[in-house]
Amino acid sequence: MRSKMNFIGLGVLFLASVAVQRGAQRGGTAVLPVPGAPTAQAGQRGGAARGGGQGAPTQGFPAQQRPPGDAGLISRGNTLYGIHCRSCHGADLRGGEQGGPNLLRSEVTMNDQSGELIQPVIRDGRRNSGMPSMPPLDLSMDDIRAIAEYIHSVLATARGQGSPPPGPPVALNVLVGDAAAGRAYFEAKCASCHSATGDLKGIGSRFANPAQLQNTWVAGGAGGRGGVTSPVTATVTLPTGQKVDGRVIRSDDFIITLGMPDGTSRSFRRDGDVPKVEIHNPREGHLKLLPGYTDKDIHDVTAYLVTVK
Amino acid sequence: MRILLLLTLAVLPALLAAQSSGGLDPAVLLKPLADNWATYSGDYTGKRFSSLTQINRNTVKNVTLSWVARLNGTAGSPQSIVGGVGSGEYTNVTVKGFVLYFDETLYVTSADHVWALDARDGRLLWHYFWRTRGGTHTGNRGVAMWHNYLFFETPDDYLVSLDARTGKERWHVEIADFDQQYFSTMAPVVVGDHLLVGTGNDLDASGFLQSYDPESGKLQWKFYTVPMNPGDPGLETWPSLDAARHGGGQVWIPGSYDPETKLYIFGTGNPTPGYTGVGRKGDNLFTCSVVALHVDTGKMAWYFQTSVHDTHDWDSTQTPVLIDGIINGRQRKLVSTAERNGYFYTLDRVTGEHIVTAKYGSTSNWAKSVRPNGVVEPDPLKEAIIPGSLVSPVESGVTNWPPPAYSPETGLFYVPEHNGFNMLYLTDPDPRGSMGLGGKSVSGVGSAGDFLTAIDYKTGRVVWRKPISGGGVGAGLLATAGGLLFGGDGSGNLMALDSRDGKPLWHTRIGNASNAPETYLLDGRQQLLIAVGDTLYAFTLY
Repeated sequence: MRSKMNFIGLGVLFLASVAVQRGAQRGGTAVLPVPGAPTAQAGQRGGAARGGGQGAPTQGFPAQQRPPGDAGLISRGNTLYGIHCRSCHGADLRGGEQGGPNLLRSEVTMNDQSGELIQPVIRDGRRNSGMPSMPPLDLSMDDIRAIAEYIHSVLATARGQGSPPPGPPVALNVLVGDAAAGRAYFEAKCASCHSATGDLKGIGSRFANPAQLQNTWVAGGAGGRGGVTSPVTATVTLPTGQKVDGRVIRSDDFIITLGMPDGTSRSFRRDGDVPKVEIHNPREGHLKLLPGYTDKDIHDVTAYLVTVK
Repeated sequence: MRILLLLTLAVLPALLAAQSSGGLDPAVLLKPLADNWATYSGDYTGKRFSSLTQINRNTVKNVTLSWVARLNGTAGSPQSIVGGVGSGEYTNVTVKGFVLYFDETLYVTSADHVWALDARDGRLLWHYFWRTRGGTHTGNRGVAMWHNYLFFETPDDYLVSLDARTGKERWHVEIADFDQQYFSTMAPVVVGDHLLVGTGNDLDASGFLQSYDPESGKLQWKFYTVPMNPGDPGLETWPSLDAARHGGGQVWIPGSYDPETKLYIFGTGNPTPGYTGVGRKGDNLFTCSVVALHVDTGKMAWYFQTSVHDTHDWDSTQTPVLIDGIINGRQRKLVSTAERNGYFYTLDRVTGEHIVTAKYGSTSNWAKSVRPNGVVEPDPLKEAIIPGSLVSPVESGVTNWPPPAYSPETGLFYVPEHNGFNMLYLTDPDPRGSMGLGGKSVSGVGSAGDFLTAIDYKTGRVVWRKPISGGGVGAGLLATAGGLLFGGDGSGNLMALDSRDGKPLWHTRIGNASNAPETYLLDGRQQLLIAVGDTLYAFTLY
């Protein structure tokens, strides 16, 4: 239910620089950031800006604030969990193959303070219709407290509203595409503007991982000199016929503001089509391509581009 | 003695009645929107269509600022009253919900705060601050009013009632389990002697709507949006009861109400885990649905699922709009909704019968087909996948919770349209799925544009699209019988547009609106109210 308009759309007429700036204002970290491209998901983690724009600080997650538990007790609880609970509830507490429920989203564990709610379940077992049953376990209250402390220590690693405790890192292979098909696609669709021996030379080694490369090229942020995208510019044609060119600082229905080469800026009032305004967005061609890509095209081209040395 | 007793008995009902008389009579909310703005959408229809006409296509150019009121800095003033169960300190505030206007007074909220302001000049009458015990602070969508009492929800899951005249607390009750990570933002809705209260959660918990007695704060009924017990309806759309009970469907935006059928109609949130649907195969009823409840009992009359087995966090928590219109020559009682997933639906609001399904999000690419009953079938290939899928819209959707508007004069349904694209990666391929909104990563890769979009509710056809600068309309819309449509763009302008074609007629650059525009009548003059962060701006015509 993450609600807020985190995404600052890079409209055909919109400005990458503004997007980046506004994304940053929303106080989040972009996932897999793309240099020179929108930090579109800024503000995701904090859940801060669910409306209107300005965020409120995120206070206290998880909601159940508790002091860190005793390390020795947690360690003992971890061992006891491994012996008595793990086979049903899973090594990561998120439920196991034998049908034990996920303890990280359990009403019992989340409301428990120091074993008082967990203890009756362990002592008496559980037999709910529609749920797998749990046999009673003969454990001392001390052991149950240790297990409870361990469970709470895992719950406390949740990273924010809606974000589960991180599991161990998983190696994922983003490169599933067909490099030869990607090369053919590139030569047919991209080569009129880009070249593997020119502007994209060495692109395969320019990024930390293939996902970053993929995000960047799909966003149209990989071309140009050294991957730096040129700014959005505009030509304003005044009623006198005079033309003014500059970098777009602001553009809405009522005013357009251009940055001049000498560092000053000029603003023009807009009234419908007067003055005439032509926006030149270097990424426009890429933005127009977005609705047309298939995921296979994307994966193939990425598989090809990582080979471009 | 007996005479005394009789006298007492005779006077007692009058005394009791006095408690709940005066102030805002719930019957006022049944009237078409004009003089007051006394419930979330102004009235129960969700249209956000005001019949006020002083500010119109001809006069709007003469609209002028009446007053400005800044809310930061009012904390700790002599008028401040402090309540709450925790130790939370004052933080900067942002108005991200509706402002209630009634009887020359404005009631404004931010998370943990309520203010009463004199509507003539924005002067502070009182301020109430709730000391929080923590939790997720995303915002507050406003108060509800019943006679002289106000009601608001807190992020740490209390429903608090205040005396509207003084700001003094009457009572507070706990409405959801804080330890399960519920957090509460919704503006409660008064319907007769019911106070409807929703809450939110992103961590695999069941969604529900509750009705409270506005006098006593006692629970009247509780409706779960997911199956909670064996045999519950919809359980066949989940792989197990455990999955259903953790299946989400939170109710965090107010619905609309039809007094003739006594149906309260609202949208439910996304299923959980949000992005990894592998552990909840099936349609996942009644998440991402429009649901109609009998308001006196909380029993469901009908539902229509607007996102089947959602795997993109596209809550169906948009404001349903009640429209009376003619379909195929027949007068019908309808409800229309433009959803976060980019689809527009019109239903019969008495029966839930499907009438229109239409795509309005220009680039929405997640659907595979439309079932005969109008339900859109998602394409599993557009879920999060390890090598990444290109998905439009982005997580925040084509539109979001900020309200749309409808004008019976143009027959057009107005909604912000955002056509962003994400690369969506599965990062947790565990066959059990992830939890909450975890298990994925996203990267925005651009947008095909942001628009204000006008839709014909009878067909779902987009009649016009107006490009909106700066990322589009951010905070909701207002339509009026003056032929106007009010909304903010993303470049800091509050605009009045011609409701026929979207042409701008007036604007003022006050900063990006943080709530939707409202209008009401004060001293015989039409007022226009908007919030920008912690600041309220009131405009009028002199």
